[in-house]
Parts: sequence; C-alpha cells; structure tokens
Amino acid sequence: MNVMDTRATSAMLYLDGVHVSFDGFHAINNLSLTLEPGEMRAIIGPNGAGKTTMMDIITGKTKPDEGTVLFDGVTDLTRLDETRIAELGIGRKFQKPTVFESQTVQDNLLLALNVDHSVRGTLFWRGSKAESERIDKVLETIRLTDARNRLAGSLSHGQKQWLEIGMLLAQDPKLLLVDEPVAGMTDVETHLTAELLKEINQTHTVMVVEHDMTFVRELGVKVTCLHEGAVLAEGTIDQVSSNERVIEVYLGR
Amino acid sequence: MTPHMLTRSLDRGAAIFLTIVAACGILIPLSNLLLPEGSALQVPTYLVALWGKYVCYAILALSIDLIWGYCGILSLGHGAFFALGGYAMGMYLMRQIGTRGVYGNPVLPDFMVFLNWQKLPWYWYGFDMFWFAALMVLIVPGLLAFCFGWLAFRSRVTGVYLSIITQAMTYALLLAFFRNDFGFGGNNGLTDFKDILGFNVQAEGTRAALFALSCLALIASFLICRSVVSSKLGKVLIAIRDAESRSRFLGYRVESYKLFVFTLSACMAGVAGALYVPQVGIINPSEFAPGNSIEAVIWVAVGGRGTLVGAALGAIVVNYAKTFFTSGVLAPYWLFMLGALFILVTLLLPKGIVGTFNAWREASRERRPAAASAAAEDGVNEPKMAEERS
Amino acid sequence: MPTKLSARLSSFVLSLFLIAFALPAFAGPFEDAVAKFANDDFSDTDEAIGAVASSGNKLAFPIISALQDGRLMADPDSKKVYVTGTDGKSIDAATGEAVASVPDSASAVRLNNRLRRSVDAALGSLTLQSPDLGARLQAAQSVFKSHEETALEPVESALAKETNRSVKTALGEARAAILLFKSDATEVQKLEAVATIRARGDQDALALLSDIGTDQPASVAKAATSAIGSIQNSLAVWSTVQNAWYGLSLGSVLLLAAIGLAITFGVMGVINMAHGEMVMIGAYTTFVVQEVIRTRYPALFDYSLLIAVPLAFLVAGAIGVLIERSIIRFLYGRPLETLLATWGLSLVLQQAVRTMFGPTNREVGNPSWMSGAFELGQITITYNRLWILCFTLAVFAVLLAMLRYTSLGLEMRAVTQNRRMAASMGIATSRVDALTFGLGSGIAGIAGVALSQIDNVSPNLGQSYIIDSFMVVVFGGVGNLWGTLVGAFTLGIANKFLEPVAGAVLGKIAILVLIILFIQKRPRGLFALKGRAVEA
Repeated sequence: MNVMDTRATSAMLYLDGVHVSFDGFHAINNLSLTLEPGEMRAIIGPNGAGKTTMMDIITGKTKPDEGTVLFDGVTDLTRLDETRIAELGIGRKFQKPTVFESQTVQDNLLLALNVDHSVRGTLFWRGSKAESERIDKVLETIRLTDARNRLAGSLSHGQKQWLEIGMLLAQDPKLLLVDEPVAGMTDVETHLTAELLKEINQTHTVMVVEHDMTFVRELGVKVTCLHEGAVLAEGTIDQVSSNERVIEVYLGR
Repeated sequence: MTPHMLTRSLDRGAAIFLTIVAACGILIPLSNLLLPEGSALQVPTYLVALWGKYVCYAILALSIDLIWGYCGILSLGHGAFFALGGYAMGMYLMRQIGTRGVYGNPVLPDFMVFLNWQKLPWYWYGFDMFWFAALMVLIVPGLLAFCFGWLAFRSRVTGVYLSIITQAMTYALLLAFFRNDFGFGGNNGLTDFKDILGFNVQAEGTRAALFALSCLALIASFLICRSVVSSKLGKVLIAIRDAESRSRFLGYRVESYKLFVFTLSACMAGVAGALYVPQVGIINPSEFAPGNSIEAVIWVAVGGRGTLVGAALGAIVVNYAKTFFTSGVLAPYWLFMLGALFILVTLLLPKGIVGTFNAWREASRERRPAAASAAAEDGVNEPKMAEERS
Repeated sequence: MPTKLSARLSSFVLSLFLIAFALPAFAGPFEDAVAKFANDDFSDTDEAIGAVASSGNKLAFPIISALQDGRLMADPDSKKVYVTGTDGKSIDAATGEAVASVPDSASAVRLNNRLRRSVDAALGSLTLQSPDLGARLQAAQSVFKSHEETALEPVESALAKETNRSVKTALGEARAAILLFKSDATEVQKLEAVATIRARGDQDALALLSDIGTDQPASVAKAATSAIGSIQNSLAVWSTVQNAWYGLSLGSVLLLAAIGLAITFGVMGVINMAHGEMVMIGAYTTFVVQEVIRTRYPALFDYSLLIAVPLAFLVAGAIGVLIERSIIRFLYGRPLETLLATWGLSLVLQQAVRTMFGPTNREVGNPSWMSGAFELGQITITYNRLWILCFTLAVFAVLLAMLRYTSLGLEMRAVTQNRRMAASMGIATSRVDALTFGLGSGIAGIAGVALSQIDNVSPNLGQSYIIDSFMVVVFGGVGNLWGTLVGAFTLGIANKFLEPVAGAVLGKIAILVLIILFIQKRPRGLFALKGRAVEA
C-alpha cells in the first residue's frame, strides 16, 4: 500500500482551503487536512464542528463551495458523485449503523463486495468460490459467522456496527472513513473494535471520527481536533487534550 | 455456492400460484368452448372476458410491485403506461376495421373522417401491421418511462416527490388524450373493434384465446419479475429501497438500477394494457385518470407488496370485490369501501395478505428450530424505511 | 388650444340654444302630436315621432318603443292612440291612463324604412337621456358604434345635460365618432374627433379609426394613422396587463388552495391527498350557511361569506384534527403509506358529501359586494377575483404572522425541526401535530369558501385542485411559505401567458411538463433549504 510516486501530493487524502456553507452557516471554514497512505487518523471535535460534513465532502454527498479535495494525489473528488468515489476506493461507515436490515448478514457482505456493480453484472451474476471465501473470511473477522443467515435487522446494535465495518472490509477500499464506530457499544465491544480497526489499518488507510476519548487513546494514533469547520489542533492524543484552545472549546469559555 | 442460489428455483407459493394460473388458462377456455351452454361447469363468455380483465390487472399489479415492493419507487403513473399499451393495441384494432366503419374509409378511422381529416397522421403509420403494434406496446410505455425516469432518477427525485410528478405526468397525458386534435379519438377513445389477426374480437373462440394468452402473459411476467428479484440485482434493488445512499456509497449506480426496473415495469404495464383492450373492447382517456393508477397501487398493498404472488392476488381480489359490490344494491357504498380499504390496509395490514401470511408462517416455523435456517431464504421481507442519517 | 376651446364653447352654446328653443316649441301640444299617429300618413307619423321624442314627456319612450315593435295601436275613427304593453295591458298613449281594451277598429301604426331610421334615432336620443345611468352609457356606446349622423343632435343635447363624468366622456366620444364620419364636418372638428377617439384607445376605437375611408382630408387621415399606431401599442400593453391580472388571479386561487398544503406537506412533511376534500368541505360549509340564511334570515345574505369563513375554518380544521388523530399519526415517517391512506380518505369524504348533498353542483351565490366588475383602463376587473386576491394575501399574511409570533407557531417550528428535542423541552408534540394539521386543513376550508365563489361546488371540487396544489408547493420549495407564494403566482402568470399562445389545455400540459423538467434541475424547489438536516 505504500505508494510513493511523484504526484501533486503523496497523500492518500488531501484537503486544502475547503469551504462549505448552508444558507449562510459556515459548516466548513478553510479546512485543510492531509492523510498519508497507510495512516490511521482520529478526528475529534464537539458537535457541529463539521466532522460529518467533512466526510460528506470526501464521499461526494456534499459539494464544497471552494477548496481542493484530492484522493490518491491525482483525483479531484469534488467533481465526482458518490458512486464514482466509492468505485475509486473510498468506503464509509455511517454514524448511525446503516446496514440493509431486511437482508441477511451474508447478503449484506455480498452486496458490499467490490465486484461488477453494473446493472448487467448483477442481473447475470453467478457466485464464485473466491467470492464466497472472501465472505467467509470477513464473517470470521467480524465474528458473525454464526449469524450469517440472520436478517441484519435482527442483530444487536454492536453487531450492526461490526457488520458495517465488515461491509467496508468486503468493499476493500483504499481509504476507510469510519464515523463513530463505538457509539452505543459496551466496553468490551469498544476494545474489540479498536483491535479490529488497528488490524484493518495494517492494510488500509483509515480515518476515524469518534467522541469516545478512551477509544481514541486506545487507537494510539495522530489526532485532529476540528472546531467550527476548521482544524483547531493536531498531534498525539496527549498533545491535543492538553491544548488550551481544545480545552476551552470542550469545556466552554 | 451460497444458499440464495437455491432460492432461484421456485418456492412452494410461487409454484402453487403458477399452477393455478396455468390451470385456469387452460381449463376456463376449454370449459367455455367445449361444454354445452347452460351446463353447470360451463364458464359463460361474459365471465371469460371479465376474468381476462382481472388477469390483465394482475400483470399491471406485478409491474407496480416490481418497482414499489422491491425498489421503493411508488409510481402513480402506471395507469398511464397501461393505457399507452392499450392505445397502441387499440390503434392496430382501429386500422383492422378497414371499410367496415360507419364512413367506410379504408384508411382513416371513423373519428378522423368525422373530424374532416384528409390523411392519416404520421404516428398512425405502421399500426396496420400487428408486429409493429406489438412492438409499440413495449416501446411507447418503455420509452416514456426511460425518458421520464432518466430525468427524475438522475436528479434524485425520490419518495413522494417522484409519486407526485408521476401523477402530474399521468394528468398531463389525460388532458392531452382528451383533445380531439391529438389524433387518438378524443373523448370517445378507440372502440368498435372488429378483428384481431383476422379473428372476430367478439367471437367466443377469440375471447377464450385472449384469456389463455393473458394467463400466459401473467405467467411470463411473473417469471421475469421472479428472475429479476431473485438475482443479485434484486438484492441491490432491495438495498436501494431500504437505504438508498448506503447503496451509493457501496458503489452502486442507483439511478441505473432504478431506470432499469422502471422501464421494465412500464413495458409490462403496457403489455397488460394491450391485452386488456381487445377484451373490454374500448380504450379511452379515462384510463389515464390519476385515480386509476393509485387504485392499482392499492391492489398491490392489499395483496402484499414485496411478494409477487401477493400483488397478483391483490389485483384479482380487489377487482372481484369491485365487480361484486358495484353491480348490486351496495353500489353507492363501493367508494366508501374502497376508501376504507386504502386506510385500513395501510394502518392495519401493511404487509398485505400474503406478507402477513408469510410472517405468520415464518413465526410458526421458528418455533420448530430445525427449519430456522430456511426462514431467511424466502428472499424478500417487508420493507424497512430506514434511510441513514449522516 | 384656443380654437379647440372656442369650438367646444360654441357647440355648447349652440346646443343650449337649441334646447332652449326646441323644447318649448313642442312640449305643449304632446297630445296633438300623439294624435298624428292615427292619421295613417307616413309624413305625419314622422312629425309625430320627432315631436314625441323631443317632448320630454315620460310616455315618450314607451310610445316610440311600442311603435318600433308594432305595439302602438291607433284608432282612425276616434284619433285615439294606445300602447299595448308586452304583458297585454294597454294604456292611452296621450294620457298614460290604463284602458280596459283597445277598440277593434284600432290597428298597429305602420312604418316604412325611412320611418324606422327615425324611430331608431329617436329611441337613441331618448335613452341618451334616460334616468338610468347604465342605459345612458349603453346608448352612448351604441351611438359610438353606429355613428349615425342623425344622432348628432340628440347626442349634443344629451351632452349638455349630462352630469356624470363617465357618461359625459362616452357621449363626447360618440359625438366625435359622428363628426369623424360626417362629410360636412370641418377639418378642425375631425382632427379633434380623432384625438378624442385616440384617447379612448380601445378595440372599438381602433375599429372605428381603421374604418374612416379614403375621402378624408390628408391631415385627418394622417392623424388617424398615427392614432391607430398608438392605440395598437397601448392595446398590446393592456393585453399584457390583462394577462398579468388573469395570472395574478389564477395565482391567488392556486395559492389559496396550496397554502394549507404548504403547512401540512411543507412544514409537517405529511402528504395529504385529501387536502382537496378539505377545500370542498369549506365550499359546502358556505353552501349550508347560505341555505340557512336564505330560508331564515334573508337580510343577512351579504354577510354570508363573513359567517362562512370562520365556520369553514372550524369545520375543516376539526375534521383535520380528527384525521390526524385517527389515521395520520400512525403513519409518521411513512410518507408513501400516508399518501395511500389519505387518498382513500379523499374517496370516503367525496362519497360522503355525494350521499349528503347529491352528486350535482350546488348553487352558491355571490353577495352583492362580490358581484359585478369595474374597468381599469382597458381591462375589466371583476370584484370576486379582486376580493379573492386580497383575501388570499390576507390569509397568507395572517398565517405568516401566526407562525412567527404566536406560541403555537413557535412550537410548530420547534417540533418540525427537531421532534425529540422539542418533546424533551416539554412541548406536547402530539398536540402540536394535531393542531398543525388542523390549521392546514382549516386554511383549506377557508380556501373552499373563496373558491365557492368562482367554481362549481360539487363533490369533485377538491380533486381539480390537488395536483395543482402539490405542483405549487413542490415548485416553490417545500417548507417555505414564501416559496409557495412565489410558486403560485409564477405558475398562475406563466399559465395565463401561455394560454393565448398554446391554448388552455396545451398551456396546462406545458406547465406540467415544465415543472417536471424544473424539478430535475432543482429537486427541492425554488427556495430550497440546504444542509444536512434536509437531506436525511
């Protein structure tokens, strides 16, 4: 995964001077951020800091008013739609676990596999051994092998979170955007999730948005704190959490 | 590999349904033609025509279920696709009248002579040939659906917005077809048909054959829908229905999928309309009335959306009830009943008859643990309106 | 200027002079003049017509019009003349006293073509001075169109006596029309006439000026040509104004129908296909109010709408609350199901009204202040349309103020923006839901009162508005009342400007197609809210 050729930037994800406003409200205000290939980054920040909007911009759901968003050093993401961006290799896990509730766990993974996603491809699709092996492997990773034939809607909250991470694995993107993966999880589940993300990070670039400081600390990666749509502080968790401005923002002024 | 491959073979409900339709398609025409009139087992001709109508409605219901039940697109414009298919067939039947019309004009249909038209409008060319008309039955609704869907899905018009603009489309077509200078017979529509492929449309034999053909079309439509929804594409459709933007983030081009099923579904509705017209003997602009389209939706809701058997069954049950009630002393109360049906089904029976039955059967099966793993293989379950919030 | 003024003055003095001498000359021997009808001699009859017409006697009009219709009977023996009324009763033409019967020897006074013209002219001059304002105006207009030379004198005498400004103008125009066609009128008179007609500036003036023929002095012909040009220009402007007015009027109707929907669909997000039926219920409430007033308190008829407005609001609003509590609240978050259930509801409501009031149109009357019309330049504005426009804007303003300044409005906005937050702040969300829905339905009911004045009140009334209303709300942008306002007027005006080009039906189709295309470009309407919350 360590691609280091000479492009506009060597970064996996490069945001520079991004602005977005909704009816006068500046959701993102001159945001600049760089994510190196193979890196895992934790994004923290109070509500309304622009974390989810930033993910919306990266995945093409929201178009920025101005600014540069480059993926893999060459691709301008602001010109593409969600589908194209997903095809390029950016996967996203939502804040609220979003799985296909009326389909089985294994069908959820099948849908996520990065195979031919065209109408014709799916209409005349025939399963292959390779695909089924990949699904089995993901099921094992997210510990849902026994639940493979259950409806996703019947899973517990934590299992849904994992299934969604599993779908990201099946999708096998170059960059994973993970929005609040441990919200509503027990301590044990949180710990396991941190392990899982670290494992994923060995082969993928990951960006995690999370409120849970214990979890962020457990990840042990570089932390970026957003506030009012811009980067407030960046560094290790200890550096960021001792930053006066960060404390001010979190505890009020 | 995975068990859902096995579900591609027909499950029991579908098999029973297809057997019944096939049996009806064979036995009813035979009974009508071979048994002596008045015999207890003889199906009178008027019933053959009536049931033929129901079968056409069942095809229309299947087409609506394909997009609403499986892809979450509530089209209030399928009555229009149905009517367009019907008009295409009606145009063929008009041209077959030839010199037997009131004015005896070999080329122009009566209403054009009446309006003092001198020559056939260009869009009537070719409809004297059955193969051309049959092609148009598919192409006209399909093309309209394609263009409309291409515009609507590309700009992500979804949910009730889509329903409303499909209704507006139907309404615009209604207004257009009411106009005399539009060239489709205005108010009166197309009627007084004589022949279809050289057979008298009024003859018992023709009616029996049309009925059998309708049953065949229903079986074919069912199998097409079935193969679509049980393919991986069917899973994608359900994924789009349940969580549209999630599907986008997985790299599915949602608009292409929607466009595909919408167009396919419109073509099916067109076929239903084309089979309907020779059996009822008339097609007029009132078929475009927005009420018709929305009524067809309720058939699907009654039978159970997301279940193909349910859609067909719902169409037949509701229309049977309609015939039963509107022909008796209860006629003034039919609209109350239809209205109440809309309300009660959505409030109390959201899964419809078949969906509720399936849920009940699954619940009872789950009590026997051995069969538990099979429960999930029914492929489709009731829709969940869980769209992600991000 | 001085010549014009002096010309006017001189004509004025002249007519005064004429009247002063002409009237006394014939006024006395009215009876003698009437008796001349019995001579059965065309020239005597002619004299009699002139004498009677200029007599100023109140019997003059009935006599001359009876003559025209062959109802003037004359007895050559007794020289008595009778007027047989259209109702069969007869009077003595000389005295006006009722008579039991006309003698058998009497026969209808005969006319020839020459006399018929005299009769027409006499009638024209008589109505020109009729005590009824409308009749005078109409007479002046008809003289303008016929511009018979014989009418000149009566017109001028009427002009001298006239006190009403608009009739005076009409008479002046009639005089100008006559002079323009009078071969021996002076060039100055004719030029003045062209100017007067040019000032009138309508279709009739245009027709008159295009019709003056070639035997006019060059200066007059030139003035006429330039007048035609200017009238055509101003007519084009006026026709645009007219279309704009029709558009505003249609827009106000659309807005009125859609404004309730802007609350239920736009603000609450509930798709209510029975919205049109709420409008229909409002219209039927008006009908019931008027029925009660007609049978019990006929004097209150002019206030019937004022009574109907609050009643319709309450009736439709109460039904709305009932619907929300019994059906819609179970379907929140399931818009497509709501659509189906409310469609079913609309069928039930229509059929219920059909059962109660019958399937045919019911008569809803216009109170006096809503009937009639007035002219504004070259366009006619009917009072009912004008009132509806004012009423719509008033309803809109009140609603806007209500949402902004009342506590219910505040709660409504709170609940629609964040239900859970509102609930946790102690707002009874279910009560607010019911009231919001009731408000939207109540406004639809009010719309029904207004629409009953311009549309047929039948069980299908609502259906014809539902699609249009949704189009307005979707076009304007959901959740934005101002968008609904702009949307309604835009669609109304666009419709009326398309109509003359494409015809009514094609115009409507074109509008529907344009909206469908517009939604492609801006799926959220003209005034869309942006942001994360909306997209979820």
